Amino acid sequence: MSTQPLLDVRNLKKYFKTSRGMLHAVDDVTFTIERGKTLGVVGESGCGKSTTGRAILRLLEPTSGEVYFEGEDVVKLSKEEMRKKRAEMQIIFQDPFSSLNPRKTISQIIADPLKINKIITNKNDQMDRVRELMEIVGLADRLINTYPHELDGGRRQRIGIARALAMNPKFIVCDEPVSALDVSIQAQILNLLKELQNKMGLTYMFITHDLSVVNHFSDDIAVMYLGRLIEKAPSEELFANPVHPYTQALLSAIPIPSLRNRRERIILKGEITSPIEPPAACRFANRCPRATERCHGEEPPLKEISPGHFVSCFLAE
Amino acid sequence: MSENVKKEKDLTAEIKNLVVEFRTDYGVVQALNGLDIEIERGKTLGLVGETGAGKTTTGLSLLRLIPDPPGVIVSGSIKLDGKDILAMDEKEMQKLRGKTVAMIFQDPMTSLDPVMTVEDQIAEVIRLHEEGSKQDHLKRAREMLELVGIPGSRGGEYPHQFSGGMKQRVVIAMALACNPELLIADEPTTALDVTIQAQVLEMMKGLREKYNTSMLMITHDLGIVAEICDEVSVIYAGRVIEHGTLEDIFENTRHPYTEGLFNSLPNLEDRQAQLKPIKGLMPDPSNLPKGCAFCPRCDYAMEICKTEKPQRVYRNETHYVECHLYNKDNIQEGKVGRR
Repeated sequence: MSTQPLLDVRNLKKYFKTSRGMLHAVDDVTFTIERGKTLGVVGESGCGKSTTGRAILRLLEPTSGEVYFEGEDVVKLSKEEMRKKRAEMQIIFQDPFSSLNPRKTISQIIADPLKINKIITNKNDQMDRVRELMEIVGLADRLINTYPHELDGGRRQRIGIARALAMNPKFIVCDEPVSALDVSIQAQILNLLKELQNKMGLTYMFITHDLSVVNHFSDDIAVMYLGRLIEKAPSEELFANPVHPYTQALLSAIPIPSLRNRRERIILKGEITSPIEPPAACRFANRCPRATERCHGEEPPLKEISPGHFVSCFLAE
Repeated sequence: MSENVKKEKDLTAEIKNLVVEFRTDYGVVQALNGLDIEIERGKTLGLVGETGAGKTTTGLSLLRLIPDPPGVIVSGSIKLDGKDILAMDEKEMQKLRGKTVAMIFQDPMTSLDPVMTVEDQIAEVIRLHEEGSKQDHLKRAREMLELVGIPGSRGGEYPHQFSGGMKQRVVIAMALACNPELLIADEPTTALDVTIQAQVLEMMKGLREKYNTSMLMITHDLGIVAEICDEVSVIYAGRVIEHGTLEDIFENTRHPYTEGLFNSLPNLEDRQAQLKPIKGLMPDPSNLPKGCAFCPRCDYAMEICKTEKPQRVYRNETHYVECHLYNKDNIQEGKVGRR
């Protein structure tokens, strides 16, 4: 390869111990994200997309696997080294209502990373940087001493973005950053994230369950199902030519706000397989309209079927 | 003119000029400001708008469940099956709830009792409204579960033993248990994943056809509206600012706010298209603008919009808009541009 991807995740696993056995939240996930690009990660609740994002930042310790950030395996870093590394790897959380400390003012929240990492120690310089960050994310100067509860969801999410930007990161995990917002506000935040990416050359991992948002926002899309990455392709390719039956069903289920071009829906039957000690079989087999006996007895590997298009399904062979 | 047309309709629900306020210590919140809604028998009306527009208050007012205090119905009328529910006493109202009108709440995780089996919860509704023994009611409850695609044998289980999609189906089974005339669905699929959402919507369509139930679909998702509704009311700051059939709203958009809602959505067919958000925020409902409530955010705002409330202008029998851009001479041609 001529250029090194910014992020190279290999065989990432995160298991949780439960009373009924090991829960395979993220199971052997491998992907890369190129510098300055956005990888959208989609899937239903419980498919492991947020856990993947957190395991990459080691907010949850991976069970096994490697995460190369600019060629360095961050899983091997000590706690202290990782803490420093996180200056370059940040996260924006889903819920702008619970991810901000209600007892701190906006300026305190945004200045926190600067203080904790001793980037700027002088109080006045800190405030200058806070003002600068607030301007970047479009927060009015007069709000500097307000508390999160005084603001609406869109503004709160802007605080979360300003806080993530404070350390000048290269990579940001955006964990459902617009799911809690109204459509008109959602568009404001999406435009802001895109503008920041163009200006600062940021790389995003964009986690969402909203497929029209991910299509708009991402260069590549990875589809997850029960801890597995089942399909990954450039966005246009994935929407034009979905191969995995789950991806096909997922795309067909998007409600389209138009009376033209109505499509045939694929309605899935059956319930989701338990992620606790899953059997060695395709995890989608129970709901798959095209499952064969082989799917119930063997797990399909992830294969590259055309340049950049990976699928884990026996039908693709 | 429009009055004559309305008289001939068979309306399951009719709200006229409803004004609802929440009188709090911090001031009066004007939640609904002259809201009009009509739902014809067997039809589904979509109620679309942003957080705080008054969608849920509208749903609750049809059940007369607006928390009082601080909520006060200041004026207006609410009729179900032609009967004025504001004139009823609480006993009559209780007979109506669950029987004539039922509601599916947004969050299935919190609208079920965690310490009661699901069949007991469904049977409770039936027991309140229908004769028969406990066994009859339980049998009926299990039939309802089957109807929404859950094996009746699982009726003895507790809510936590079900997945999110199944819990929402339990809530729907409960709402449908007494075969209501009107079903109010408040964001019924917001908490669900898209493939499960597709299942639930498909099921609701089937049940609606089977029982000819009228439905009020409260949602912010125009995709769901296109999927399941017959007519749409777009609500802003407690008023319907545009109303029409699906075709009126989707193909002949008139109000700048409705246009803004459409333009905020990512376009699946054109990835490169820029999102065009509506600038600014919803007005503070305790301090509404004097003129048009949308004026401060509107790209088309004129001087008159700041001071005067717009009058209703009809494009045809079903489609009306409240906006100063229009009068009866220019309503046929659109003034707003879709991206």
